[in-house]
Amino acid sequence: MTEQLDEALAREYEAGFVSDIESRTFEPGLDENIVRRISAMKDEPQWMLDWRLKAFALWKEMPEPDWAHIQYDKMDFQSISYYSAPKSMDERPKSLDEVDPELLRTYEKLGIPLIEQQQLAGIAVDVVFDSVSVVTTFREKLLEQGVIFCPISDAIKEHPELVKKYLGSVVSQKDNFFAALNCAVFTDGSFVYIPKGTRCPMELSTYFRINELNTGQFERTLIIADEGSHVSYLEGCTAPQRDENQLHAAVVELVCLDDAEIKYSTVQNWYPGDENGKGGIYNFVTKRGICHTNAKISWTQVETGSAVTWKYPSCILKGDNSIGEFYSVALTRGAQQADTGTKMIHLGKGTRSTIISKGISAGKSNNTYRGLVHMGKGAKGARNFTQCDSLLIGDQCGAHTFPYVESRNPTAIVEHEATTSKVSDDQMFLCRQRGLDPEKAVSMIVNGFCKEVFKELPMEFAVEAGKLLEISLEGSVG
Amino acid sequence: MLEIKNLQASVADKQIINNLDLKINPGEVHAIMGPNGAGKSTLSYALTGRDGYEISQGSATLDGEDLLEMEVEERATAGLFLAFQYPVEIPGVSNMEFLKASVDAQRAARSLEKYSSSEFLKVAKAACKQVNLPLSFLKRGVNEGFSGGEKKRNEIMQMILLQPKLAILDESDSGLDIDALKVVADGINSQRDGKRSFLVITHYQRLLDYIKPDFVHVLADGKIVKSGGPELALELEAHGYSWLESYDRNAEDESE
Repeated sequence: MTEQLDEALAREYEAGFVSDIESRTFEPGLDENIVRRISAMKDEPQWMLDWRLKAFALWKEMPEPDWAHIQYDKMDFQSISYYSAPKSMDERPKSLDEVDPELLRTYEKLGIPLIEQQQLAGIAVDVVFDSVSVVTTFREKLLEQGVIFCPISDAIKEHPELVKKYLGSVVSQKDNFFAALNCAVFTDGSFVYIPKGTRCPMELSTYFRINELNTGQFERTLIIADEGSHVSYLEGCTAPQRDENQLHAAVVELVCLDDAEIKYSTVQNWYPGDENGKGGIYNFVTKRGICHTNAKISWTQVETGSAVTWKYPSCILKGDNSIGEFYSVALTRGAQQADTGTKMIHLGKGTRSTIISKGISAGKSNNTYRGLVHMGKGAKGARNFTQCDSLLIGDQCGAHTFPYVESRNPTAIVEHEATTSKVSDDQMFLCRQRGLDPEKAVSMIVNGFCKEVFKELPMEFAVEAGKLLEISLEGSVG
Repeated sequence: MLEIKNLQASVADKQIINNLDLKINPGEVHAIMGPNGAGKSTLSYALTGRDGYEISQGSATLDGEDLLEMEVEERATAGLFLAFQYPVEIPGVSNMEFLKASVDAQRAARSLEKYSSSEFLKVAKAACKQVNLPLSFLKRGVNEGFSGGEKKRNEIMQMILLQPKLAILDESDSGLDIDALKVVADGINSQRDGKRSFLVITHYQRLLDYIKPDFVHVLADGKIVKSGGPELALELEAHGYSWLESYDRNAEDESE
């Protein structure tokens, strides 16, 4: 058994390679001048720079939050670089032929071919490498139906009316410490606009890759689904394997207008650090959506990476009869720490929300669910159902649940169910007695535990997520 | 087929199996009977290699291969099957998925070609019918919400699919009504092909009306105290285990 374990543990994080790409990287440090330089690199209009500077001023006054159930050495924000981009991106490539082949190879290695013909049919990808978007596929084709899918830095210049109206409308500049920092120094990310009554003909996705050492990634995503429209969006993330911690502080805003629907899926596989907690990504992310009348936002996340995860994809159910959903699988192993969950803010009448959270802890890791269900005064007849299950593998890990419920309307109904279980010796013995090796047995049991969440993922992603879980679980039996 | 010599096994430092010898030839059905706490389940766990069951002495071989040197899954793929007394639930994992993974693993270990999904579906459906379970059981979570009888039939279905050399049936009759008992027994009998061997563990003679054993052994205090043909089971049924204890004591007295 020990031998098998050692072998499995020695297995590398598959996305942990470094690409040899010459980059233009800012020297470490953060001041107003850095904010101005980022804005200048992006050739931004004055209003955008002003917005960033305002956020920077706010950030300087804010304390770093310490309420989460995570422990890490406080970050030195002056020791990281806030901008890094491949030199080959100085002149934006007009087509794939002009993209540095080394960049293309990087994505091929990660299993994301950028050549449109080689891609899974029906998925358009925006690819963000460190601080810039390298390429966005199917952009023209989508535009034929009025769907805008482009790097946010392009949107700021080409669709300023939309960006001005909605940027910061869901997550304000002063929302929280990490969001404020993001507002000041965000570099790239995706922008999506789905016009009225349009069903986006393809899955949209963004793939984030951190490559450069000592660089933070601060991406910003803004998705606007106009009335009666529908979009499914996926994001994936990886980073090289390094001994140093790297910061990823993203902000995602979803605007879901009347009768619209946004389905947002994440498979997060940032480098988790080694078994002893050395290295790995610090993932401090703010994700929130607002639902207008009859609108629906569904968050699905599969979190397997990062040394530290601090992330609460949330829904503001402002419109009457709007729906918020949160489906989450968070797997921690080694010395990983995750504090993740959601906030469902019910403001409108007849609003409904569902929270299904599955936390799996292995090794010496700590896995925390933190959720808030808020029923506002106007949330007449609103309902929430929360199910929060924790699965423990081994006896050195921890699972924690912090559910907060606030109800200001007596007609609102909130239900909460929680379970904690272990992968039992009986289950393992049954599987092994039928001929399955321990690794396969655990992965099958865990996959079963996560089934309710996996079935919410788009099909290609569900398969990926299952495989990812299998790889992440290797060596966690003991 | 199975040869156990001088086996000693303990659980939590308590010796349960004492100097047990047993030989099962290909195609034979052996029944092990005995009172509660005699060590019947311990024997089945010790042979299949469950964690916590320590072997301090003796040997156990399957077709000449040393079972005690093997991991649990290696013993399984070598052809040793255990039908559990209390089958455990695995929520969210469909029976189909579980069965396919098990059969795949065993076929791979025996260098047999993997079943395609449609081939497997066919054999799985046939096995399901054989133990009189509706096909919907293939889609349900492993043992999830199954009744006691359904769980036992599900175990027999797994045996039919996995085609072991030796099947240990640990109280496969407990908790069954007479109809379910017949289904389980029929399932087991259908797998008697003159080569496959069975070790049937039971409290009651009742099961042996349906599965005719070649030999009956009585296990008490961790060893086989008496062996005989099917008639031994009937004697036990008539006189109870206390009859045996006194028999045993008398025998000891005589030898003194």
